[in-house]
Amino acid sequence: MSDATRLSEGVGAPLPRKEDDRLMRGRGQYVGDLRLPGLQDVAFVRSPLAHARIRAIHVPEAFRGQVFTAADLTDVQPIRAVSGLAGFKVSEQPVLARDKVRQVGELLAICLAPTRAEAEDIAAAIVLDLEELPAVHDMLAAREPGSALVHDHWGDNVFLETFVDVNFSAALDAPIKVSRTISTGRQCMAPIEGRGTVVHLDHRMDQLVVHTASQMPHIVRNGISECLGIEQGRLRIVSPDVGGGFGYKAILLAEDVCLAWLALRVGHPVRWLEDRREHLTANANCREHHYRITAYAERDGTLRGIDCEATVDSGAYSAYPFSACLEAAQVASILPGPYDFPAYRCRTWSVATNKCPILPYRGVARTGVCFAMELILDAVAAEAGLEPWTVREKNLVRAEQMPFDNITNKHFDSGDYPQALSRALAAIDVAAVRARQKAGEPDGRCIGLGLSIYCEQAAHGTSVYSGWGIPMVPGHEQAGARLTPDGGLELRIGAHSHGQGLETTLAQVAHEILGVPVARTRVVHGDTAMTPYSTGSWGSRVMVMAGGAVAAACRELADRALRIGAHLLQADPAACRFEAGRVVGPSGDVGLGQIAHTWYRRPQDLSLDVDPGGLEVTAGYKPMRDSGTFSYAAHAVVVAVDPDLGAVEILDYCIVEDGGTLVNPLVVDGQIYGGLAQGIGTALYEEMRFDARGQPLASTFADYLLPGAAEVPEPRIDHMATPSPYTQFGVKGIGEGGAIAPPAALANAINDALRPLGIALLHSPVSQHRIVEAVLSARATAERTRKAA
Amino acid sequence: MKPAPFAYERPGDLSALLARLADAPGRVKLMAGGQSLGPMLNLRLVEPDLVLDITGVPELRRAAIEGDTLVLGACVTHADIEDGRVPDVTKGAMARVASAIAYRPVRNRGTLGGSLVHADPAADWVTSLVALGAEVELASASGRRRLALDAFVTGALDVALAPGEMLVAVRIPGLGPGIAWGYVKHCSKIGEFAHAIGAVRLDPGAGHGRVVIGAVEGAPLLVPEARHLFGGRIGPDFADRFEAAAADALLREAGMTDAVARHVHVTVLARAVAQAATTLFAPTRTVSEAA
Repeated sequence: MSDATRLSEGVGAPLPRKEDDRLMRGRGQYVGDLRLPGLQDVAFVRSPLAHARIRAIHVPEAFRGQVFTAADLTDVQPIRAVSGLAGFKVSEQPVLARDKVRQVGELLAICLAPTRAEAEDIAAAIVLDLEELPAVHDMLAAREPGSALVHDHWGDNVFLETFVDVNFSAALDAPIKVSRTISTGRQCMAPIEGRGTVVHLDHRMDQLVVHTASQMPHIVRNGISECLGIEQGRLRIVSPDVGGGFGYKAILLAEDVCLAWLALRVGHPVRWLEDRREHLTANANCREHHYRITAYAERDGTLRGIDCEATVDSGAYSAYPFSACLEAAQVASILPGPYDFPAYRCRTWSVATNKCPILPYRGVARTGVCFAMELILDAVAAEAGLEPWTVREKNLVRAEQMPFDNITNKHFDSGDYPQALSRALAAIDVAAVRARQKAGEPDGRCIGLGLSIYCEQAAHGTSVYSGWGIPMVPGHEQAGARLTPDGGLELRIGAHSHGQGLETTLAQVAHEILGVPVARTRVVHGDTAMTPYSTGSWGSRVMVMAGGAVAAACRELADRALRIGAHLLQADPAACRFEAGRVVGPSGDVGLGQIAHTWYRRPQDLSLDVDPGGLEVTAGYKPMRDSGTFSYAAHAVVVAVDPDLGAVEILDYCIVEDGGTLVNPLVVDGQIYGGLAQGIGTALYEEMRFDARGQPLASTFADYLLPGAAEVPEPRIDHMATPSPYTQFGVKGIGEGGAIAPPAALANAINDALRPLGIALLHSPVSQHRIVEAVLSARATAERTRKAA
Repeated sequence: MKPAPFAYERPGDLSALLARLADAPGRVKLMAGGQSLGPMLNLRLVEPDLVLDITGVPELRRAAIEGDTLVLGACVTHADIEDGRVPDVTKGAMARVASAIAYRPVRNRGTLGGSLVHADPAADWVTSLVALGAEVELASASGRRRLALDAFVTGALDVALAPGEMLVAVRIPGLGPGIAWGYVKHCSKIGEFAHAIGAVRLDPGAGHGRVVIGAVEGAPLLVPEARHLFGGRIGPDFADRFEAAAADALLREAGMTDAVARHVHVTVLARAVAQAATTLFAPTRTVSEAA
């Protein structure tokens, strides 16, 4: 193999994704594609009320044997996701509700039938006797004394309160003080594929085989094992192709536990496929944050300090494994974002309400803090009479400070944040935007420019997560690498690839070391029986962690191959080198194919002292520091806002991104495109609202709006690629970043467009209705002022 | 989200269909393209005993011009109109309305008749065809009748069909010379249900004008003689004479209490008027100007 081939497929090569060949041809294999003999379908009876005492569940006689309630699941433990943080209150989530229901959609009964339609017929025949209780639907009211209680024995509705104060009082004499209330709406993750689980018994292995769309099969095994009280060896979790995760599939659902229990009970395969109504109304909530934030600054825009009270609506239960304080507790430590300032105070509350548990969603907590921080910076700029970029230039952490420990002890590994900003400003051409804005549009629309900068701590490991004390702490990540007898390569990882392109990028990492063509490398993932333990795919960690582990395993494999090859070449191993898939000696070379053939098929040709481990390796990896990589980006967007209809058109969108060394720039661009689409949803469209009885107000995509192809522009992307000093190849995690900055950038752009009217919209989504409402109100105010004058 | 059990039949001719509609016991739903009925069945918002699929009746796919009136069978699809597979008497206005209905897969199957009978206030045909002055042709086992579309659509999801009766065709009068036409709708995003629709058919030469405000709570708001929205006179200068305050008052009277919704409706109507003025046979923008 030539060097040219090696370079064209190794780290940095923009290869099209291998997995797209099956996915784009409709040959993906999802949970819903499984066909097993004797399979029956499950529909759940779900609570129609947000908060109620269960008096009785009446099951018609005709359906006995097909319906199971909490009374049948006496041997099942509730789901418990406890945080070790001081003061955390524990919720117990029964897999089928017992005395009380605490959210609309909570599971009350399992209905089993040959088809889903028949199972729904049974569900419709079951009569619930519920005594409705006052619903806790507003997280701020829920914190007040006298509120109804989600968990009666707690005495209040607060999962966890945290407080941090770093020299805050030093900021108080700043000449500029700007306070705002900023909030983000509740969202649903809405992957194309919902959740789904098929369970069958493998009598030969004496195993319960759980096929479930999961980002973390090994963690699901922990959870089901604990709930059902069966040993892990009797459980095999298979996560096949997964149609989008985004955090929603990094959760153990009560449905998974129910299905596993049910398969044991009935002895034949059972299936539950989440439908969109279940997804929207019962299961998939994320994002709802509320900030009271004050910035203290000098007149030149230099930040003196930030003071914040942040509340997160955590919903009814602590979700496994990330817990109910995943978002709020992180807010305090990541709110400062990419900015360097000397005084800080933050108090946070994770509040229980009668809504679905809050779950991690791409950008976890970062999207909210970026929204709060970037909007308050624009408020500072407006107050100081400065351009928004000036305030950012004054406060961004600088390249010469790297590595940098910020005010909350976050360790920034590398980067040049001001350069990202200046490149974004150049790309969007701020002077031209300001000129166009001043000239006005012939159609009466208003032009606005928005900026947003974030940093994304990714692949944070043991030292970070052990402090949280949640049920899952990542340690060394492991990977298996095995040469096949004909010189191909199999890699095994415990994480899961569901859009990240790992079947391609991990093969590129292996290629960089072993020279095996990407086409001849298979990545095995998503099966606890075939892969090393891993906490899975979350936290933008897999390229760093599994990539590092694959590199470590391949290096070991290369070393073993070199020794075998040297023997075949009759050369001293010290005189040989491994290069592009061949062992090169002083007087000849031998390829991996022949080396593998010798090990497996002609062991008689091996030396007597050959490493008996052969050509199969499992290796573990952690970065030199496990406090996380820091990728970041500057987003700059120009919008045209129709003040009378509230319509927002994105005219230009520029992203300058630093993801460290890019293993595959095409895959990175794809991650950014996808994240941007979701960020536009957060910014402009997506919101799950609830009424005062805790009823979710959208149950289909007619009411829960997602951006479509027409609403998502193609961004212009510029990569900086500052390597991380701590990771293999210098890679950084980048999976979530695309979804972090757009809500803030777009809100800032809309506010920039409408600032002449005196408008600042501080809640996401910045919906058309909210824009028109603000415009009408501003015009009415102006009219009153005019009349008064 | 699976439907409750139902029987399904697909008669092959109109008399058999009408006979079955007359004699079938229990709840019967007619299905044409199924683009609204399908989701409603799956959500169990309707649980009919029998679904009668009407797409097997050739007569219902007929399209013809009678005089200056276009007659389209109930099962003509939005895409048939968008793609010009049926004749036109509206100078392309119908095709432009059709081309912005929901998404192409919906237009491929969704039908004109189905949309009118479903009578979703946010749908395009109920508003645009009321503005065009269309009639519907209804049939039952005992005979046929015609009804003005604005009398047929009686409310949100509510139409004047007698038991055993169905819509078989729509009769659309032509847009003659001197007629100004404007149609603007506003959606949160392309393809979604409209938040506001404005449709105007103005005859400045004769001083008449028909204005419809759609995507309201109930049936589209028809102003059959809209002079008062133009300061009492519809002439060649109608665009300059449009009075937003009069339209706002109309919406207030109709019970629209949300000021934001009123503003959006009035804005969209004003843009439809402006569009109508660009030429007397104005090219119709069927998405909002800003979208």
